[in-house]
Amino acid sequence: MIEIRNLSKAFGDLIAVDDISFSVQKGEVLGFLGPNGAGKSTTMKMLTGFLDPSAGSARVCGHEVGTEPIEVKRRIGYLPEGAPLYADMTPQGFLEFIAEVRGIPASERAARLAEVVEKVHIGGVLHQRIETLSKGFKRRVGLAQAILHDPEVLILDEPTDGLDPNQKHEVRALISEMAKDKVIVLSTHILEEVDAVCTRAIIISNGRLLFDGTPAELKARSPEGRLDDVFREITTGGAAPDLATAEAPSPDTVTAS
Amino acid sequence: MRITTSIFKRELGGYFATPVAYVFLFFFLVLTGVFTFYIGGFYEREQADLQPFFAFHPWLYLFLIPAISMRLWAEERKSGTIELLMTQPISMTQAVCGKFLAAWCFTAIALALTVPTWITAVYLGNPDNGVIVAGYIGSLLMAGACLAVGACISAITRNQVIAFVATVFVLLGFVLSGFPVVLDWVSGWAPEVLTDTVASFSFLTHFNDITRGVIDVRDVVFFGSLIGCFLVANAIIIDLKKAA
Repeated sequence: MIEIRNLSKAFGDLIAVDDISFSVQKGEVLGFLGPNGAGKSTTMKMLTGFLDPSAGSARVCGHEVGTEPIEVKRRIGYLPEGAPLYADMTPQGFLEFIAEVRGIPASERAARLAEVVEKVHIGGVLHQRIETLSKGFKRRVGLAQAILHDPEVLILDEPTDGLDPNQKHEVRALISEMAKDKVIVLSTHILEEVDAVCTRAIIISNGRLLFDGTPAELKARSPEGRLDDVFREITTGGAAPDLATAEAPSPDTVTAS
Repeated sequence: MRITTSIFKRELGGYFATPVAYVFLFFFLVLTGVFTFYIGGFYEREQADLQPFFAFHPWLYLFLIPAISMRLWAEERKSGTIELLMTQPISMTQAVCGKFLAAWCFTAIALALTVPTWITAVYLGNPDNGVIVAGYIGSLLMAGACLAVGACISAITRNQVIAFVATVFVLLGFVLSGFPVVLDWVSGWAPEVLTDTVASFSFLTHFNDITRGVIDVRDVVFFGSLIGCFLVANAIIIDLKKAA
C-alpha cells in the first residue's frame, strides 16, 4: 500500500532524509522512531505530497506521489506535526470545510461528522473557536480531520504529543481499532507507544534508516528488554551496521548530518 | 469548482471571523469619505460626479489592499495550516484562485458599501451614472490587480509585516510607473521602448482612462493579464517552496 524507494531530501547542505526505502502493508501499524530532527516529519511530508523529494519516489495505493498527487491525497488522512488548524474557525465549521474539500456528499456529511466527533470525543467543543481549545482538544480535532473521509492510509505525525495519559490511551485505542483495515504510519518519541500500538517499528537517525523490525525484535536487542536502551544505542551511533536489518541502506553516503 | 468554492467560502469567512474585516471596512469607508468630501472637494466643485471619490482609490489601495492580501499565504505558512491545506486533494489552481477570489470579493463588498456616496451625488444633481458604473468596474479591476500582486508576495514569506511592506513598495512602483520618480530610474540607461513599456504599466493611467467613462478593452486586458500573471507567479512560488 505504501512503497518508499530510495527517498532523499536535502535542504541546502543539510541532508534531512538520506536514501530511505521501506514498504508498509494493509493492517500494519508502523511506528516511526527517532530523535528530534531525525527526518521523521520530513519523510511524512514527502509521503503526503507536501514536500517534493530530492531523490527517490513514493507510491501510495498504487499511485505515484510525484505524478498523481491528488489521487494520493484522496487516499491519505494526514495529521501534520503540531496539528495545525484554522484557529478562527469552530471545529464544526472546520470539519465541514474538510468534508466539502474531501468531496464527501452533502447527504452523508452530517452522519459522517457525527460519527467522527463521537470517535474523538469533541462533541462538547464543536461550536467553540479552535484557538480557545486546549492542546488535547486541538490534537483531537486534527485527528478528526484526518479520519473524516475514512482513508485507506493514515499518516499521523506525533498523534499523542501534548495529550494527558488518559487522552493518550484513548488515541491509542482509536488507532488500534482502525488498524485492521488501514495502513497506519505514526511517528512518536514515546517508546512505550510503539509497544502498545505498533506492529512494526522503524528507527531513523540523521536521516538514515537504522532499524526495521517488530517491536519484539527491537526489545530483543537489549539484554534487559528495555526499548529505551536499544533506542539510545541505535541512535547515538552505538549501533554497528550489523544492527540494522537487510533493508537498511549502506552507511557510505553520509555527507552531512 | 466545488473545491474552489469551499476554499473561497472559508477564506472569506476568515475575514469576518475576526475584527479584521470590520476594522478594514470602517477605515475604508471613513477614508473614502474624507478623501471625497474634504480633500477632494466634492461640494466645492459643484459638479454631480464621483471624480473626487475615484481619484483617491489608487492611493487608498496602495495601503489598504496589502492589509487584505498579506495574510493570504503568510498566515497559513506561519501557523502551519498550509500543510493541512496542501495535503487535501486539491489542485494548486483551486487553492490560488479560491483565496484570490475571496480577497477580491471582500474588496467588492467594501466598494459596495460606498454606494451612499453615489446616492449623495444622485440626490444633489444629475450625474452620469454610466461614468460612475465604469468607475466602479475600473476600481474593482485595479483592486484585483493589487490583490494579485499582494497574494503573490504573501506566498514568499511567512511574515505578514514583510508581506505588507513589500506589497506597498511594489504597488507604489506600479502606481507611479508613469511618473518621473520611477521613469528616471529607467530612462537614463534603457532604450526608449523599455521606458515606454514601464510607463505603460502605470495603474494611474489605466485607471483614469476607465473612470472617465470609457471602458477600453486595453485597460481591461491590462488589469486582467496582470491578475493572471501574478496568480501564475503565486502558484509557481508555492510550488517552488514545496521543492525547496
